[in-house]
Amino acid sequence: MMRDQKLWTWHLAAGVVILFFLGMHMTVMHLNTVVVLKGLNPAGGHPIDWTNVVARARSGFFMVTYVVLLGAALFHGLYGLRNILFELDPARWLKRAISGLLLGGGLGLFVIGTWAAIVARSM
Amino acid sequence: MTTPKLTEVSYQIRRFDPERDAAPHWEVYRIPYAPGMTVLEGLWKVKELRSPTLAWRSSCRMGVCGSCGMLINGKPRLACNTQIAELESETVVVAPLPNFDIVRDLVPELAPMFATHQALMPYVIREDVEEREHPTNEFYQSAHELEHYLQFTYCIKCGCCMAACPTFATDALYSGPMPLGQAHRYNSDTRDGGFAARKQVLADEPGPWRCHYAGECSRVCPKGVDPAKAIQLMKRELVLDYLRLHKKKCPAKVAVKPTEAKRRDNIPEAPPRTV
Repeated sequence: MMRDQKLWTWHLAAGVVILFFLGMHMTVMHLNTVVVLKGLNPAGGHPIDWTNVVARARSGFFMVTYVVLLGAALFHGLYGLRNILFELDPARWLKRAISGLLLGGGLGLFVIGTWAAIVARSM
Repeated sequence: MTTPKLTEVSYQIRRFDPERDAAPHWEVYRIPYAPGMTVLEGLWKVKELRSPTLAWRSSCRMGVCGSCGMLINGKPRLACNTQIAELESETVVVAPLPNFDIVRDLVPELAPMFATHQALMPYVIREDVEEREHPTNEFYQSAHELEHYLQFTYCIKCGCCMAACPTFATDALYSGPMPLGQAHRYNSDTRDGGFAARKQVLADEPGPWRCHYAGECSRVCPKGVDPAKAIQLMKRELVLDYLRLHKKKCPAKVAVKPTEAKRRDNIPEAPPRTV
């Protein structure tokens, strides 16, 4: 009971998290000449220079932001996809299968992405 | 250049008799036109002069009862509240409200809509059942509190919003704008204490979550109600409730009758009765 109330609230919260971290991504990657933040672009030059990419990958702060953004984006996107599929009015067993598949797929992608973010720290 | 005076008008009506027809079909009738004629009056003319078997629902003829909702020139409207002149067309195209099964001709099957409406408990729920059933006085409500839900009380359950809603057309699980709007109307009423009871239904699949906010319901409502707004406000209340930020309201108390009221000195007495 009350599943949709809970999922919808988390959907909204994930949207806010995505908005914040995508804003940060835009600032770091695309507005680097306008907003000069030395700590986010330690080697100077272009944000996608190898030295900068490695420096961010080694940073604990960036690791956390990658994992949080990944979790929020996966939940937000997959819940939206689930809603679209549910509007096709599938049978009850198919709904369970869709939910299970999306949950399993989402968790799998989250584990892989988190593992990648953690491993990248030792680059 | 002046517009030629309209003396006749064509009614293109979608007919369907489940006992005789395999599928709905269109029929055209020409009837005499008089200035100020409404679509409903035209339907009566069609029935009197051209086709006595034509069926539709209507009652009050003044946009109050909500019986004569139908699709008129592509838009859900009340037939009694729509003048032929305002359609700016010599042909009036009339069909039953979409998104409902057809009983016959222009009569939609509204029973499922009312069943959903009933499931969302559209009435004042209070713990003091005795006072509700046998009231001793009014429940106190300020004018400001009334403003919160007043516009939603104007709903006449005509079904026009349900017929216009693209989500209700495609999503079998969606409750639709009318029942959801009415659930919000009672949730916002300070005399009501039924939020927790309604939440048992609204917080799950039949709740407001499936609304895409197309806003068509509000655009077509013949009474100027804004069900789309009610649905968004309801979403907000349910999200705040999940976050435990929803203010629990105590249903309004019974208003106390003034016992020691005194007349102000500067108010003159009423003049003596003349009749």
